Amino acid sequence: MLNELLLSPLDQAHRAAGAGLTDFGGWLLPLRFGSDLAEHHAVRQAAGLFDLSHMAQLTITGSGAGAGLNYALMGNHSAMPIGRASYSMILAPDGGIIDDLIVYRLGQDRFFIIANAGNRQAVVENLSQRLTGFAAEMTDQTLDRGLIAVQGPASPQVMAAAGLPEAADLGYYRAAEATLAGHKVILARTGYTGETGFEVSCERPAALELWDLLIRVGQPFGLVLAGLAARDSLRLEAAMPLYGHELDRDTTPAEGGQGAFLRSKEADFVGKAALARRPVTKHLVGLKGVGRRAARAGYPVFLDGQEVGQITSGMLSPTLGYLIALASLAGPEPAPGTALQVAIRGQMAEFTVTKLPFYSKEKI
Amino acid sequence: MTNVPADLFYTADHEWVRQPEGSVARVGVTEFATLALGDVTFLDLPSVGDGVEAGSQCGEIESTKSVSPLYAPVSGTVSAVNDAVLDVPELVNQDPFGQGWLFEVNPTTHGGLLDAEAYAALIAIEDHPG
Repeated sequence: MLNELLLSPLDQAHRAAGAGLTDFGGWLLPLRFGSDLAEHHAVRQAAGLFDLSHMAQLTITGSGAGAGLNYALMGNHSAMPIGRASYSMILAPDGGIIDDLIVYRLGQDRFFIIANAGNRQAVVENLSQRLTGFAAEMTDQTLDRGLIAVQGPASPQVMAAAGLPEAADLGYYRAAEATLAGHKVILARTGYTGETGFEVSCERPAALELWDLLIRVGQPFGLVLAGLAARDSLRLEAAMPLYGHELDRDTTPAEGGQGAFLRSKEADFVGKAALARRPVTKHLVGLKGVGRRAARAGYPVFLDGQEVGQITSGMLSPTLGYLIALASLAGPEPAPGTALQVAIRGQMAEFTVTKLPFYSKEKI
Repeated sequence: MTNVPADLFYTADHEWVRQPEGSVARVGVTEFATLALGDVTFLDLPSVGDGVEAGSQCGEIESTKSVSPLYAPVSGTVSAVNDAVLDVPELVNQDPFGQGWLFEVNPTTHGGLLDAEAYAALIAIEDHPG
């Protein structure tokens, strides 16, 4: 079974580090290197190093690339300045979400996309189909590249120590091509943790050398290796959606809590007509609770004795010390402070609707 | 290879028991289990005086990522519960065979327990999490 999983360019390093490995999106990846809570706290307080080589990496080039992406995805990519990134989604014709992804503009006619590993095939198939007729070519570079993230308040110092002091000046959701230890990389100030952080895309053969370099220069700043468990707990505190939990084919961007970031636009795009006529039937809300028994994905949620939806993700927040959860609820959006009940394996537990995100770093 | 103390007995569900034929049998989960679970955040344990039955669920162990049933490795009456792990569940990860013990039972009978050698062989063929 394991032989069918794709291996990261850092696989040998993970085994040597004693990582606990897991199947994620068809890849064998570190779930944790030691304690997932320690990894989580290190990212909030110093820095963590993540292997994201499973994520889909696509390039779209050509004079029609911007216009083609405008049609294929949500967002106005042709109007985005070079060096910017934007959060976007690829929708099915019925308005359901095929995937959420980030689009980076690297040149006038050159875009780079990072999408979820588990949706790579669907994204590649739909994108290439939708780009037909535009002067644009898509290349799936996933298996030829690696992706490493440095996340946490110390990440600018770590990048500087690695040889990229200009990283500190890169604004949020900005990207630039750079050279790191002699290797051409795409450096982006994006992440999935709610902290200052960087993502470094490199050619696959360079990944191991860059990984080792970042560990070596990062350790004096408190950098630790971090796995997917910490990545999940960090993103949930920051209320960032995870495909398959908060987002799926049966959910529109607004129903997935992303309506404020992703609005419709004047130009036509796949899913636009459906979004215009499809009513919003559910809302993504934040819940907090007391005690230590987490409300987990799939648990039913009740309002005034009526089942109104279910938990999409939940845990005992390592940073905040109380229970947090995201829930998808039918009907009108409940106001913050509304009392709800979650059935946790047969026992009703009290939760309160709260504003999102649960955690946000102090504004600098 | 994870630690498998030779003086303990084990279940295939990764609980350990000390002195299952003595007057007091102490129960916990193995290091292998803690590596698979991740950091333990909550424990639902039986109370002193509760009867437990070998092989039946008697509680829950919840970690950052999952919830797993806890099975009693022996039958009998619970005689003590480790309050320390209820307050500090991380003790289970830090010292699963020592301070991270869960509860004690005055045992009557036990299901077929594994000795350390048999348990080590069992976890060697399972997907190694650590």
